[in-house]
Amino acid sequence: MTDELVLEMRGIRKEFPGVVANDAVSFDVRRGEVHALLGENGAGKSTLMNILYGLYRPDAGEIRLNGRPVSFTSARDAINAGIGMVHQHFMLIPVMTVAENIVLGVEPHNGPLLDESGAEQRVRELSAQFGLAVDPSALVSTITVGQEQRVEILKALYRGADVLILDEPTAVLTPQEAGELFEIIQSLRADGKSIIFISHKLNEVLEIADRITVLRRGKTIETVPREGATEESLARAMVGRDVLLRVQKDPAQPGDVLLSVEDLHVVDERGIEKVRGTSFEVRAGEIVGIAGVDGNGQSELIDAIAGLQKIASGRVVIGGRDSTGEDARGMLDAGLGHIPEDRQRRGLVLEFSIAENVALHDYSRPPDSKWGWLFPGQFIRRAASLIREFDVRGGGPMTRAGGLSGGNQQKVVAAREIARDPKVLIAAQPTRGLDVGAIEYLHRRLVAERDEGRAILLVSLELDEILSLSDRILVLYEGEIVGEHTGEVSEEQIGLEMLGGRERTAV
Amino acid sequence: MTDPGPSPSPEQAAQTGTLAAALAVKQRAGGFMVPLATVVLAFLMGGVVVAATQHSVHKALLAYQDIFRGAGLNWIFHPTTNILNIASYNLSQTLLQTTTLILTGLAVAFAFRCGMFNIGGQGQYFVGLIVANWLGVDLAGLSPLPHILLAIAAATLAGAAWAGIAGVLKATVGAHEVITTIMLNWIAIWVGEWLFGDGGPLQNSTQQFVPVSNNVAKSAQLPVFWGTQGFQGLDIGLFIALAALVAFWALINRTTLGYEVRAVGFNPDAAAYGGINVKKNLIRAMAISGAFAGLAGAVDMLGYLYRFGQLDIPVSQVGFLGIAVALLGRNTAIGTMLGALLFGGLLYGTTHGLNATSVIQPELAGNLTYIIQGLVVLFVGADVLILYVWNSRKRLRAQRLPKTAAAPEEAAA
Repeated sequence: MTDELVLEMRGIRKEFPGVVANDAVSFDVRRGEVHALLGENGAGKSTLMNILYGLYRPDAGEIRLNGRPVSFTSARDAINAGIGMVHQHFMLIPVMTVAENIVLGVEPHNGPLLDESGAEQRVRELSAQFGLAVDPSALVSTITVGQEQRVEILKALYRGADVLILDEPTAVLTPQEAGELFEIIQSLRADGKSIIFISHKLNEVLEIADRITVLRRGKTIETVPREGATEESLARAMVGRDVLLRVQKDPAQPGDVLLSVEDLHVVDERGIEKVRGTSFEVRAGEIVGIAGVDGNGQSELIDAIAGLQKIASGRVVIGGRDSTGEDARGMLDAGLGHIPEDRQRRGLVLEFSIAENVALHDYSRPPDSKWGWLFPGQFIRRAASLIREFDVRGGGPMTRAGGLSGGNQQKVVAAREIARDPKVLIAAQPTRGLDVGAIEYLHRRLVAERDEGRAILLVSLELDEILSLSDRILVLYEGEIVGEHTGEVSEEQIGLEMLGGRERTAV
Repeated sequence: MTDPGPSPSPEQAAQTGTLAAALAVKQRAGGFMVPLATVVLAFLMGGVVVAATQHSVHKALLAYQDIFRGAGLNWIFHPTTNILNIASYNLSQTLLQTTTLILTGLAVAFAFRCGMFNIGGQGQYFVGLIVANWLGVDLAGLSPLPHILLAIAAATLAGAAWAGIAGVLKATVGAHEVITTIMLNWIAIWVGEWLFGDGGPLQNSTQQFVPVSNNVAKSAQLPVFWGTQGFQGLDIGLFIALAALVAFWALINRTTLGYEVRAVGFNPDAAAYGGINVKKNLIRAMAISGAFAGLAGAVDMLGYLYRFGQLDIPVSQVGFLGIAVALLGRNTAIGTMLGALLFGGLLYGTTHGLNATSVIQPELAGNLTYIIQGLVVLFVGADVLILYVWNSRKRLRAQRLPKTAAAPEEAAA
């Protein structure tokens, strides 16, 4: 790393109707540096990067690239200037090969024809140069998520990127894959590339970054070198107050079995068996965490327990009562609470008010209604008291749920589910996309509900979350439980089991 | 229970309160302003057509004055119950059209609230007409109240059943309601052609070669309260339509059924997660939607048509106009009422107001009806565009302001 600045952003301001997303933000990147951009949701990270990538135009401020002022009007301008971005959601065409995806739009050609072998040759060179192992002739639909990410990085490098923006790159990766990504980042840095690493995971940032810039509410709070920074100091800068990062909890005092799943099989709409003979129990007063890579049957397992997906065979027993085959209504009545994995698609009707969302399970019974006639006053009052109890900010009972921030939306969902006094509470990805403050709150709340004697089933793709909250951990791989742990267990061990107990061979 | 954390200070609460309130006001304003802008724009464009073809802005203004008078809206300047007054008569005719359009508009709006597009209002209306005519004729001899109630109830149920077919098909095999309701329209149209045509089961029993139905019996005719029975007087169907508006509002906003309809309409996944039976709601909402259209048919048949002919079938457009009414009215009860009044006035005002005078040539006068109607429908469909223009105007203003505000900051830096 040198002290030579490749990129400077000075006094960037961007305002959207009603919100100042960036306010006099300053940010610079040196050649051969990994610079982490840290901040809660809505802190302005994405806005800043979208400005750099030419997707938004700043209202004020200056961008200098290699000392020369630049003004991008489109992503194409930014790419031509040597800026590459790997989005959180990959933008690859599954039916095309790796090489075809990489050269798309700037293909080498032989007359009017695509020079297929030339393209593969270039890709092979690039991947050798930076240690990005991929098979250029493989179809994208057949490669793993980690490899897709490498293809995205190669795509940017192929277009001559010197400054590479990685937007939450580890969100979709297993711990092993994340480790491999970090090696790739190191080799890119050694080669003189500059990396902007966007994240809200403090441990990663401390592991990989040379310098760290923290944004809060659209403003630059500080830019610090990694040396001397701690998780606590960064969290304080992000949130603006001291944050309890480790969940504090007493040892679990498990009681009666409240949820029992026996030899469950679930087949999805396409006829693929997603849950294959899963059995486990959750007792009162314990949190059982289910770890696994996305798509290994977690969603189907939860949906089957919640009565949202048909059970092919097996039993689901809630509070001692066999509830197999009940619909969603029946499961709710049996004593199930369910914080669904996607609060916007499922947990809330965004166009409904908070009060109407609070009534989502109970609108059809007294006191919310009688003989089919609604009494909105009842659930408006209930919503008002839940808003107080769960510290939902950003509106009152009549506020549209869609107008709340993600953290507050999740609090509304959690409030509704917990207020129904369930025996069993499923929390699926309860903190996905939430900021540190909201995560802290929800984690404390889940532990508190455990101590109240509820059986809590936690399903999360965040291994940290599973490890810090769970009293017992189950590892789900291709619809089967391949590991169970109580007490101390290493992240690596679980990571290995998440891949089915064997390393997937890298191509 | 853990400590739920610090609660917001009163100042914060007040701030969020006003912010939420301000936002709601803005949304309400947008919700009212956009349909209004739509209508004004359509009228302006129609005016441009007249002014351009007649080479006279004055004539365009006169034409709109004629439409206004033709719809009987000048009645408000000299209110009178005397039906011989021309304004009174025109108004009664406008309200007759409005009655039908309220009901066909509600039919479209109800399905919309459940996330479905019922294009089959026309067919459901025909089914209502047919059943009302059949029972109105066949049950002659009953005393008026049971006769009317029976005919209306049966026609309403028939409309519900007709639309319910589309609902069942959507819920069971996933057939799209736009396709199935259009197909059901054609089935209703051809069934009507056969029933009212020569030798058809409902064809006039005294004039064998006229493809028209019998008149419904006196006992089935709705009482007229303004004008003359038998001469398109304004019947109590208007009050039935107004009652339907209230019922629609209460059903949607104050019943568990309406809660389910809205939840499914906004987000079927969340509704299912909440324990709502989505398929049942699709069928039920479609049936209720069809009930409104069937009721429209009954009210028209028993209110002032009394009979229907083969030749009337292709001319009738009230079911389709219901789509424009509901869209313009944003699928709310009050909006549907205003939309129906507008289209009712346009329908009667353009055909009778413009033809009665000779401000513009009759060829243009006849077509101006369709031009304005078409423009309103076009702009209603394009209200997204209008909303976009409206918002980008605000965005531009918002962009100009911070630049000047940020300037001193830059200087300081």
